[in-house]
Amino acid sequence: MWKKRVFALLILILGVGISFFVFKSEPRVNPNYENESSFLKKFPFHLGLDLSGGSHLVYEADVSEVPEGQIGESMDSLRDVIERRVNLFGVSEPIVHVQSAGFVDGGGEKLIVDLPGVTDVEKAAEMIGETPLLEFKVENIENEISTQKATVDENGQLVLDIDPYTQFASTELTGRYLKKATLQFDQMTRRPLVGLEFDDIGKELFAEITTQNVGKFVAIFLDGAPISVPTVNEPILDGQAQISGEFTPEEAKQLVGRLNSGALPVPIKLVGRQTIGATLGENAITAGVKSAIVGLILVGVFMILWYRLPGVVAVLALGVYMAIILALYKLIPVTLTASGIAGFIISLGIAVDGNVLIFERLKEELKGGKTIIESLKDGFSRSWLSIRDSNISTIITSIILFWFGTSLVQGFALTLGMGVLVSMLSAVVISRLFLYGMSILGEGKIARFLFSSEIKK
Amino acid sequence: MFVINHKKIFIGISIALVILSIISLSVFGLKIGIDFKGGAITEVVYENERPEQVSLNTELQNLGMGSILLQPTGELGYIVKSRDVNEEEHTLLLETLGMKGEYKLTESNFNSIGPSVGKELSRKALFAIILSSFAIVLFIAFAFRKVSKPVSSWKYGIIAIGALLHDIIITAGVFSLISRFFGVEADSLFVVAGLTIVGLSVSDTIVIFDRIRENLRKNEDKHKLSFSSVVGESLKQSYLRSLFTSLTTILVLLSLFFFGPESTKYFALMLTIGMFFGTYSSIFLASPLLVLWEEKQKKYN
Repeated sequence: MWKKRVFALLILILGVGISFFVFKSEPRVNPNYENESSFLKKFPFHLGLDLSGGSHLVYEADVSEVPEGQIGESMDSLRDVIERRVNLFGVSEPIVHVQSAGFVDGGGEKLIVDLPGVTDVEKAAEMIGETPLLEFKVENIENEISTQKATVDENGQLVLDIDPYTQFASTELTGRYLKKATLQFDQMTRRPLVGLEFDDIGKELFAEITTQNVGKFVAIFLDGAPISVPTVNEPILDGQAQISGEFTPEEAKQLVGRLNSGALPVPIKLVGRQTIGATLGENAITAGVKSAIVGLILVGVFMILWYRLPGVVAVLALGVYMAIILALYKLIPVTLTASGIAGFIISLGIAVDGNVLIFERLKEELKGGKTIIESLKDGFSRSWLSIRDSNISTIITSIILFWFGTSLVQGFALTLGMGVLVSMLSAVVISRLFLYGMSILGEGKIARFLFSSEIKK
Repeated sequence: MFVINHKKIFIGISIALVILSIISLSVFGLKIGIDFKGGAITEVVYENERPEQVSLNTELQNLGMGSILLQPTGELGYIVKSRDVNEEEHTLLLETLGMKGEYKLTESNFNSIGPSVGKELSRKALFAIILSSFAIVLFIAFAFRKVSKPVSSWKYGIIAIGALLHDIIITAGVFSLISRFFGVEADSLFVVAGLTIVGLSVSDTIVIFDRIRENLRKNEDKHKLSFSSVVGESLKQSYLRSLFTSLTTILVLLSLFFFGPESTKYFALMLTIGMFFGTYSSIFLASPLLVLWEEKQKKYN
């Protein structure tokens, strides 16, 4: 019996420890968060878009041209392309994922893009829809560049003392006519180069440009900024060009990737857009926390008033349950949404279910004239079956919901399912240890009163 | 146990409630949200004051984007419901809402869903409901496989499903009233609520069935009691705990309804209604049906 009491105490201490971890690693509640160790900073709650604010975009991919077996592959490469583009925005923790068409929904292949903190959905959509913009520009006739403005610095690099934005005029040649980009190295200097190969139209345009601009500068612009401004030595007719900007091999490789990824593997169409303002999310969090606290108090008061001492035990076990589940949300991590919080709150109600079943049984056994210890033993073993079976149906529903789910639904299914699983543990293992721990009170009249829960007597 | 003795009355009450709900559903219908049919919702908050609804409404109808529904929200906001809009239409809509810059506003929420997405979601939802019902019958038949006398185990499953259809239909019926009078729409959370009620309602029924299972086993050697008195006795022993397990959940749901986030308010309300009828049906419908079935079965033999 002493062993069990020590265990009960250990669990209580563990519970306090876990709560401490949850508190310490949460920037919203820990006033001293800035000074915490980097380990703790790794585990804040992950908030979904509806709580943090942000944009949610749903694209449908047109895979009708893609051969049957390669759909998955082309969707993956589509995801990579979009992911690369999204990463260029500098959004923290963007999520890009493919939602495959199934027999169930009968719909098309989808690509979902979540951009936390981005509240201008149209701008985001525009940026994603854009291919990296590669432009070739020629000298503006009105603003002719005199060669005096170009100097050579000590590294042998050409330095242009010009404003590239006003002194170059656009041409028709853009990345649209690019067939492919390759990573090359200069034979002499071993500097990385980006080799460009144009398609037929691009070849003609490039030939035209280089023929007309021999001895002049041609600027290569990427996303509106010049990356390389070479002089044309002779007309280039074979549709091959090189960009010899100041690249590190890594940058050159990235640029090649971007240019090649420029063209999407499959055409996409924007079919759903959602923006949630930050204040709305903030309000939802406050409301969620408030309703969790009120719910917890209501359940706690009910349990203690009705079940007395076991009720206190149930509340303690519920506390440990909460600490465990919140820590799990942080560690796994689970992305919390408003519906996820609802799932968590409902799980608070369900978590005491196991306790209710056990305590009712305990009461019954006590009435049958058994000692407290005997009643505890039988109460636990006999209520286990109904606890297990009654929870399995909720677990089944959670699994189906998770599988059914859009992210909104999945958030709920996950927190509810996890809640039911962990609460079974908390009811059966933690409450049991605590109750055995309480048997220190002995078998006297007062102990029996505390363990029963009749209104009479 | 009076519930078993007057089983026909209670079964009758349940049937009446179900019929009323079906009538309510067919008269008022369910307002389907944009999740399922496609469309756009734009929510804006004005900085100082909001333009008058009437004048704004005329402006909006002139946009040529079909009928647009304008609902005031909070002190300074409007919710605008329209068909799904593309980028230009969205910008145009926002400009119009600001009366061409006359009123300063921020967009707090915007959601546009194409009709194809909605159709897919509806299919998925239907599939999920059918699948979970099947899974639960199978599970109950399995859990009660050792209790096949005098009522075979799959019948427990069928009755649990009957009880849960009862819960779902009544909840949907009540929701159609709410939908009619408060303008609430059935969105994907509505389906989630439905499926969650499925899980919770069955778990409640199982608490009572479990006791019947245990008592039947005890009674097996002695054969002292009739089936209906075993059920009645089991019900007497377990109705309180069935009630309390639901009560604790209803307590947190009510807290979620009154204090929780706006987006899950009606979700919580629907779950509360579902839980209530789920508990009711576990006690007043499932067990009486079980006894009724056994009696009918005896007559045929």
